[in-house]
Amino acid sequence: MIRFDDVHKSFGTNHVLRGVDLDVARGTSMVIIGGSGTGKSVALKCVLGLVTPDSGRITVDGSDDDRDAFLSRFGMLFQGGALFDSLPVWQNVAFRLMRNQSKDAARDIAIAKLRRVGLKPDVADRFPADLSGGMQKRVGLARAIAAEPEIIFFDEPTTGLDPIMAGVINDLIREIVTEMGATTITITHDMTSVRTIADNVAMLHDGRIQWTGPIADLDHSGDPYVDQFIHGRADGPIEAVR
Amino acid sequence: MTALTAPLAALGATVLAILATTGRITLFAADAVSHILRPPFYTRALLIQLVQIGWLSLPVVGLTALFTGGALALQIYAGGARFSAEEVVPSIVAIGMARELGPVLGGLMVAARVASSIAAEIGTMKVTEQIDALVTLSTNPMKYLTVPRILAATLAMPVLVGVGDAIGIMGGYLVGINRLDFNAAAYLRNTVDFLEFWDVGSGLVKGAVFGFLVALMGCYHGMNSGRGAEGVGAATKAAVVSASVLILAANYLLTELFFAA
Ligand SMILES: Nc1ncnc2c1ncn2[C@@H]1O[C@H](COP(=O)(O)OP(=O)(O)OP(=O)(O)O)[C@@H](O)[C@H]1O
Ligand SMILES: [Mg+2]
Repeated sequence: MIRFDDVHKSFGTNHVLRGVDLDVARGTSMVIIGGSGTGKSVALKCVLGLVTPDSGRITVDGSDDDRDAFLSRFGMLFQGGALFDSLPVWQNVAFRLMRNQSKDAARDIAIAKLRRVGLKPDVADRFPADLSGGMQKRVGLARAIAAEPEIIFFDEPTTGLDPIMAGVINDLIREIVTEMGATTITITHDMTSVRTIADNVAMLHDGRIQWTGPIADLDHSGDPYVDQFIHGRADGPIEAVR
Repeated sequence: MTALTAPLAALGATVLAILATTGRITLFAADAVSHILRPPFYTRALLIQLVQIGWLSLPVVGLTALFTGGALALQIYAGGARFSAEEVVPSIVAIGMARELGPVLGGLMVAARVASSIAAEIGTMKVTEQIDALVTLSTNPMKYLTVPRILAATLAMPVLVGVGDAIGIMGGYLVGINRLDFNAAAYLRNTVDFLEFWDVGSGLVKGAVFGFLVALMGCYHGMNSGRGAEGVGAATKAAVVSASVLILAANYLLTELFFAA
């Protein structure tokens, strides 16, 4: 459903994406792993049109021209949360809902979504700046899923969360895929997340997809880069200084 | 040879950069204006900006006008005394405030207060990916952020200028009757008799133009802010400097347009 076709992107002399090819089927959960700074976040932003690829093509349902229609059934959790700090938490979560629902109905949904990410109703009226990093992340997650979109991107959903909360979030993302049939792409460095969330895994290295396959194959991929990465070894083909 | 051509090359590069920036700002302005008329409209955001930009700027604009009017009365009295024409003080204070000092000083104060805060706010939203988040929530940042600010500033600034004119004239009046021994009734009559509608009207039109420029510079530089705290700082500075310079340049052009013989 989401297809990357030889996507290239440079920032000045920094050649970040050097020909990414990737296919995400409808209703499946793709997890992208890869070293810090390899361009995982940039790849997602290319799909949204927030970053324009230098060359190559990204299609959603076979087309690449109707971005507004795509965005209307889309949700995203940003790596840094990206909450609107001028709005209270519940209005962040209900941002999209308030366009075609009454304030009270939108607020009720927002509070229900906050509960799903493990936040009590009393955070609803606080401002994002008053929350801890992990709480902000979860509010961002609640905002991403609030309108029950068909396509959701999660950029590092569990970084900054305690292990229990990370477990809750992993289960939630898995649930969204299996129960709501959403198509998701998740970026994570957390191997527990990878194993809980993924149907398929892709490893980005050196601007290309180094390896991709079903989660069951991850442990015997036969790819030295993947092996080094998932076991967190300092020595191997991936250099520690990049 | 390079020693000779280097300054020329630098000059050329600067001119090109200025032209490119002018082009980008013009496109940005055209885009913003085109969004003013197309739905969705964010009425609540507009009201908030009217309060932020208009209402909350009243104290600073009022104080500026008050002291300027007072100083103007003293200067015109001193100047007028050289030609035994002290009685021109009320009318010249009024004309000077309404045509020039009200809009220009009001515009500059609003530039300092509003262009900076718009650029810092939008710039911070840019670097913390809040603008990107707006896009993913099917909200056009141009409509949601830029249009309310530009509209609010363009509508509020003439009102601020009008209030500033009145307070400035009152500053001149207070100085006139307390320090320069004018008769209160005569001062007021002199002010009203000589002030024409277009003296005030031209100042209000200037105000609308300056308000537009202030918000435009704040939004443009905020939306194009560089990365990190340094980027936001640079955007804020650029917004205030460019808004101030544009106000003074536009003031000259408008004065030329309205009053040149
Ligand atoms: N807007 C931008 N302008 C310039 N360079 C950028 C921009 N966005 C990203 N980059 C660069 O692109 C590279 C990849 O960044 P990206 O954020 O995609 O990394 P990442 O794989 O998500 O890393 P992490 O796991 O640390 O989040 C980095 O070198 C970064 O400096
Ligand atoms: Mg990232």
